[in-house]
Amino acid sequence: MMRLIILTAAAAMIIWGIERGELSAIFAKATRVCLECIGIG
Amino acid sequence: MRRLIQLAATVLTNPHAANFLGGRIYRGGLKNFCAPGLNCWSCPAATLSCPLGAIQTMSFYAAGCTLLIGLLLGRMVCGFLCPFGFLQELLNKIPAPKFSLPRRLTRVKYFLLAMFVLIGPVLTELNAPTFCQYICPAGTLEAGLPLIAAHEDLRNRLGSLFALKVTILAAVIVGSVLVHRFFCRVMCPLGAVYGLLNRWSFWRLNFAADRCVGCGRCRQACPIELDPTREVNSAECVRCERCVEACPTGALTCHTPPVKFPLKRPPTVDGS
Repeated sequence: MMRLIILTAAAAMIIWGIERGELSAIFAKATRVCLECIGIG
Repeated sequence: MRRLIQLAATVLTNPHAANFLGGRIYRGGLKNFCAPGLNCWSCPAATLSCPLGAIQTMSFYAAGCTLLIGLLLGRMVCGFLCPFGFLQELLNKIPAPKFSLPRRLTRVKYFLLAMFVLIGPVLTELNAPTFCQYICPAGTLEAGLPLIAAHEDLRNRLGSLFALKVTILAAVIVGSVLVHRFFCRVMCPLGAVYGLLNRWSFWRLNFAADRCVGCGRCRQACPIELDPTREVNSAECVRCERCVEACPTGALTCHTPPVKFPLKRPPTVDGS
C-alpha cells in the first residue's frame, strides 16, 4: 500500500513539474556554470 | 561485478571528460534528466542534472524523479550507481587506520536534508541552493576545482566561501580514507532520502531466518557496520551485497519481491 502511495506521489510530482515548465528551468540551471555549486556564488 | 557497474555508472554519467581541458560544461538535452546519484551538474564531464541541485530549485519534477528512483532501487543507487560513493570506496582503500562510525552521527544527514535542501532554499532569495552553496564537496571536487583551474576570471572571484567548501572537501576526503563511506553515512542528503525509501524499495535485501545458522559472517562483512540479520532493510544499508556474498547458507538474498498474480485454484483429483 505504501509503495502505491509513493509511486502515485512520485508520478504526480513528475507530471505536475513538467506541466509547470520545470524542465526548462532545470535545463537552464544545469547548462550554465552554477557559481553556488563551485563555491563562488 | 559491483566495481564494474560502479565504474560504468561513473563513466556513463560523466562521458564528456574532454570538457575538463577547456573548462566547458555539456549543454545538451540530457541535462533535462536527473542523475540517480550525487553528481554535480556543473562538472565539465557531467551529462545529467544533479538531483539535489534540482530539488533545491523547488522542483517537483526533480523531487518526483528522486522518489521514483528511491522507490525502485532504494540505496542500491549509493552502492552501485553513485560516482561520489564510488570515489569514497576507492579512497577507503588507501592504507591507513580505519575507524568505526558512532551510530548517532548518521542522523546528521537528515538534519542537512531538512535544513539545507528543503528549508534553506525557501528562506533565501531566488531559492539559492544552500546545500550546494555551503557544503557539497562533490560540487567543489567535480566542478569547482576544474573550472577554477581553467578560468582566470573565476580564480579572481575566490573568497571565504570557497575556502569553507575546500575545507569541507578536505575533511570529507580524510574522513573517507579513515571511515568507510564517511560522506554517504554522515552527510549525504540524497542518501538520506533513498535510505528512508529502503524500507519500501522494490530492490531489497531479504533475510530467511530459517536458513540462518548465526555464524555472524554477514555482520563481519558489512562495511557499514550493520547486522543484516536484525536490520535487513536499514536506512543505512547501501546494498553493496557483501553480506549476501558472505552468507554460507543463502539466508540473505537481494532481489525484487515476487510479483503476485491472482492464481487459479489448482484442479483437484476429481477435476472439480
